[in-house]
Amino acid sequence: MSGLYSQHLNRPWLRTVRNGLISLVLIALAVATLFPIYYMIVSSFGAPVEAGGASYSLFPTTLTLDSYKFFFDFSPYSARWLLNSLVVGLVTVLGNVVFAGLAGYAFAKIRFKGKRFLFYALLCAMMIPYQVTQVPLYMLMVNQLHLSNTYAALVAPTFVTAYNVFLCKQFMSSLPTEIIECAKIEGCNQLQIYLKIIMPLSKTVLAVMAILTFMNSWNNFFWPFLVTSKDYMQTIQVGLKNFKFANTTYFAPMMAGATISALPMFILFFSLQKYFLEGVTIGAVKG
Amino acid sequence: MKGNHSGTVRTGRKWRLTSEDLWGYAFIAVAMIVFCVFTVYPVISAFFTSFEEYKPLGSTFVALENYKTTFTNDLFYKSVWNTLVYTVFTVPLSLCISFLVAIMILPFSRKVQSVFKSLYYLPAVASGVALSVVWLWIYDPLPTGLLNSLLSVFGIDNVNWLGSSRTAMFSLILMALLAGHGTQIIIYLAALLGVPNSLFEAADLDGATFLQKLWYIVIPLVKPTTLFLLVTGIIGSFQVFMNAYMMTGGGPDNATTMVGLLIFNNAFKYSDYGLACAQALVLAVVIAAVSLLQFKLMGEDVEY
Repeated sequence: MSGLYSQHLNRPWLRTVRNGLISLVLIALAVATLFPIYYMIVSSFGAPVEAGGASYSLFPTTLTLDSYKFFFDFSPYSARWLLNSLVVGLVTVLGNVVFAGLAGYAFAKIRFKGKRFLFYALLCAMMIPYQVTQVPLYMLMVNQLHLSNTYAALVAPTFVTAYNVFLCKQFMSSLPTEIIECAKIEGCNQLQIYLKIIMPLSKTVLAVMAILTFMNSWNNFFWPFLVTSKDYMQTIQVGLKNFKFANTTYFAPMMAGATISALPMFILFFSLQKYFLEGVTIGAVKG
Repeated sequence: MKGNHSGTVRTGRKWRLTSEDLWGYAFIAVAMIVFCVFTVYPVISAFFTSFEEYKPLGSTFVALENYKTTFTNDLFYKSVWNTLVYTVFTVPLSLCISFLVAIMILPFSRKVQSVFKSLYYLPAVASGVALSVVWLWIYDPLPTGLLNSLLSVFGIDNVNWLGSSRTAMFSLILMALLAGHGTQIIIYLAALLGVPNSLFEAADLDGATFLQKLWYIVIPLVKPTTLFLLVTGIIGSFQVFMNAYMMTGGGPDNATTMVGLLIFNNAFKYSDYGLACAQALVLAVVIAAVSLLQFKLMGEDVEY
């Protein structure tokens, strides 16, 4: 309870009224914020007819899954788009948890030559807008390495991100150096120290990182869109975009597609809320 | 950083690598390879490409031609203007909304706070493609479209939201303002919870009102957070691409073409890689300048 607000100790009813009014405002704003998502889900149960326009009904008038079927029938690979997103997401998470974790520990606790320089280079890289690297990266992957339409191309650029290394380094710097020194005296090498001491202590930050990495990978559109020209290698976001441009007049199926692309994240969010919310603040501390 | 065992490292400092060095390099190896191949190399390559005209069979060196084209092109200035308009209307307003919401969430218990945090954060979990698709239909130009039918209740005429150059930019801004500020609210709330209660107690003894406490204690103390959010907001806004690409395609009449979309079109629609790289580097310099400005402002603000 913050001292910003008066406690109204002598008139508790006043506090109740005030908090009630505030929560009304907050709920109204939350409804406005959540409305597009509600509208998306409700409309996705409409019939897959070529509508003259959108349905403005706020409550489901029909309850049919035909629009979902319509979306999956659009391309023989619609279901595979989901699988592709899942595979790309999981491999990206694995790469980041293992290698960003190791690098984060090295930057936090191991003394090696050139550490400061390399770390500042990583920091600078985080400020480069993606537009700068996108064109040369595209030319490298597609024109020189001929890797378009491969999982390698989808995963490689984000296999270990500078941001995640930074995140791990920030957290692991806060761990006491004494335990590492003790383990060294006990005869542990750095890999043993990392696996047996640092990793268990960093479980939370690694979990937060894994979740945010998976979400970013799942929602990433730009890069998968550039390196996949074949239907069967596209991710769900690219597939949804294709569907949108191919079926401009199908309202309910488009909403069904949007729901399909967002639903896995909603489920993940509701089951792991704590980690999601923690992730938001972890990234912002020390900016 | 305690210096008491640095002596062991110092002895071999010159050229010999200690085992610590080797462990360090082994641990960062994969991260550094990925970093070099997918960040360092592309940045260097972008720099050289920006002086070339791309041709499938060997590019030709054109010196500063791409930069000259960039700075003499009306569309470039128009896209910069559009980006600025978008930024000026979305970033500060979104900060104000987030701050007010965070202030309103503050008096509740931790449990209620996290319920509100989750509610406001939820849209941030959905992809930009999905949200763009939904908003596209909310802005349906027909009278049966959601926003139009809502406004017709108040007697407002049918609007072709995304299709008219008068309202297209406004529509994208409105979407940005209504699409949720979850991340910023959560960060602000964390900053607000970090304000020491003793300050408020002292202010209470002096008989300060709610607004005085807000103005003289809260706002100065969360200033670093405000700056952080302002700069990340501006940087994000400069790179905006998804909504224009998905919803308006930059139109009508380039009214919503922003720098991000312009670079994309030059690169992947017209295969003018050199021009795209030149423009991307100009964008990078602008963003770097904004970030530097932040560090300067933050530097002055550290002690309070």
